[in-house]
Amino acid sequence: MKVAVLMKRVPDTASVFAVAADGKSVETGGLKYVMSPYDEHAVEEAIRLKEQAGAEVIVLSAGPPETKETLRSALAMGADAAMLVTGAENAGPRGLAKALAAALKRMAPDLVIAGKQAVDDDASQVPERVAELLGIPHASVITRFALSGSVATVDREIEGGSYTLEVPLPALFTTQKGINTPRYPTLPNIMKAKKKEITEVGVAELGLGAGDLAAGMAIESVSLPRQTRLKKIIEGEPAEKVRELVRVLRETEKIL
Amino acid sequence: MSVLVILEQRGELKPCAFEAAWAAGRIARAAGMPLHAVYLGPALPGAEQLSGLGIAVVHAFEDASLAHYTSDAYVPLVTGLARELNATVLIGSASALGKELCASVAAQLDVELAQDVLELGWDAGLTARKPIYAGKVLADLRVSSVPAMASLRPNVVAVVRDESPVPEIVRHPVPASAPRIAVKEVTQAPPGTIELTEAKRVVSGGRGIMGPENWPVLKSLCDALGAALGASRAAVDAGWIHHSHQVGQTGKVVSPDLYVACGISGAIQHQAGMRPARIIVAINKDAQANIFNVCDYGIVGDLFEIVPLLTEEIRKVQS
Repeated sequence: MKVAVLMKRVPDTASVFAVAADGKSVETGGLKYVMSPYDEHAVEEAIRLKEQAGAEVIVLSAGPPETKETLRSALAMGADAAMLVTGAENAGPRGLAKALAAALKRMAPDLVIAGKQAVDDDASQVPERVAELLGIPHASVITRFALSGSVATVDREIEGGSYTLEVPLPALFTTQKGINTPRYPTLPNIMKAKKKEITEVGVAELGLGAGDLAAGMAIESVSLPRQTRLKKIIEGEPAEKVRELVRVLRETEKIL
Repeated sequence: MSVLVILEQRGELKPCAFEAAWAAGRIARAAGMPLHAVYLGPALPGAEQLSGLGIAVVHAFEDASLAHYTSDAYVPLVTGLARELNATVLIGSASALGKELCASVAAQLDVELAQDVLELGWDAGLTARKPIYAGKVLADLRVSSVPAMASLRPNVVAVVRDESPVPEIVRHPVPASAPRIAVKEVTQAPPGTIELTEAKRVVSGGRGIMGPENWPVLKSLCDALGAALGASRAAVDAGWIHHSHQVGQTGKVVSPDLYVACGISGAIQHQAGMRPARIIVAINKDAQANIFNVCDYGIVGDLFEIVPLLTEEIRKVQS
């Protein structure tokens, strides 16, 4: 059984952002990069499957050369091999999905797992597009995965509840927090990961042209959300403070 | 040439369906195109609910097999209709199911999709404001290719209805299909439970709650306010509450009128989830906690003393 995991290198979730000089992007100078947190859940789920049922786990990403470091951390978690698609750095989610789908077509995995979204552009659509392009069934935001033969049973989150779905493989799923707790790589596994193979493949080699990767959607400007909070600390005895709070919420804010 | 809005249902039409229809109606007017809507589910509940939104025609795919969303069943029907209508703009909801549907339809139509947007506009093409980097940055986007697609985040627009009439309902046959995906079970929260992302008021607890045995203190405040219960990552990672309650960068983004943060330090992670709230109240015994830098009203004090007093005071003013 072959399991492919889609992952993306993104700025650390604790990053503080500033608008870059072009007004259309954020300053990337001081940023630390990590694997997108939801992708860590995807890698973990694939490795658990490998441990329980036996599987070959391949991590796949598209991005700049530095993405190899992030792929390496997935290898250190226990993935067997990694592939980096190059030349799609400027593609939007539509083009990126085509590049990843083309790479997956060659790989022919039985199962594809991805994080529900990457916490940089939060495009929240690449895995679903990949599944549609491959013509395989898929379900998003899953919090439980179990495999019986060639049928996966998953719990998929909905507002205020969940669906339990049965999906025949090959299929694609996106992971939500709560499905598992991603492991930290052990030192021996970090050492082993250094010897594992990271294959690079260019978009042209995958048969993609400029037209496939052209984006019909662009950011015209970015801004930081206005943070004009009142920061008013209410003083007094506890009971007074509470009365004053309720008063302002009713009379000033008209919220109660 | 038309604008097509996807109406989400869960037995009843969901509030996000009306929000998406309202936003799509504004685009249709600005672009001078008719607004069509598509409904998939069991029998369409009350078309009169859809008046005042500028919808000309509702295309209804009514079948028991469509009661619960699967990509298998929904995607071909929406894709086919969008092609048949030659839709210029497609608008959906950025709900848990809506995002999957929109991404899948966008792939089938090979069009661009701005997912989870806060605002939509029309300026010789579709424009949208969308949070990126988990809401720490806002991007103003333009979709230059046609058809253009976007999904609207629930609970961020106020629907204002006009005089437009009840739309015409066109019922479409639902072709028999052999879906690959089977819905085996649907688990719903008990009736009356308020969903975090749809809540007008949210009360959240963090590390200061000390342990899972203390949630009743916050739940009483939730009951008094009619609020949904949220939690910080610290409380979720400690195993004190299910992750579905997590507010933050790796949890839910909430947009209530009132957000009450109790015993929450105010890490950047958490701020990303509460930022859209209109008014933020912080209760924390640590006067130096960062939450006091990002709140509107703060009370320095022990939540186990302040929250019960607050619950009592709110009940008093409401009676």
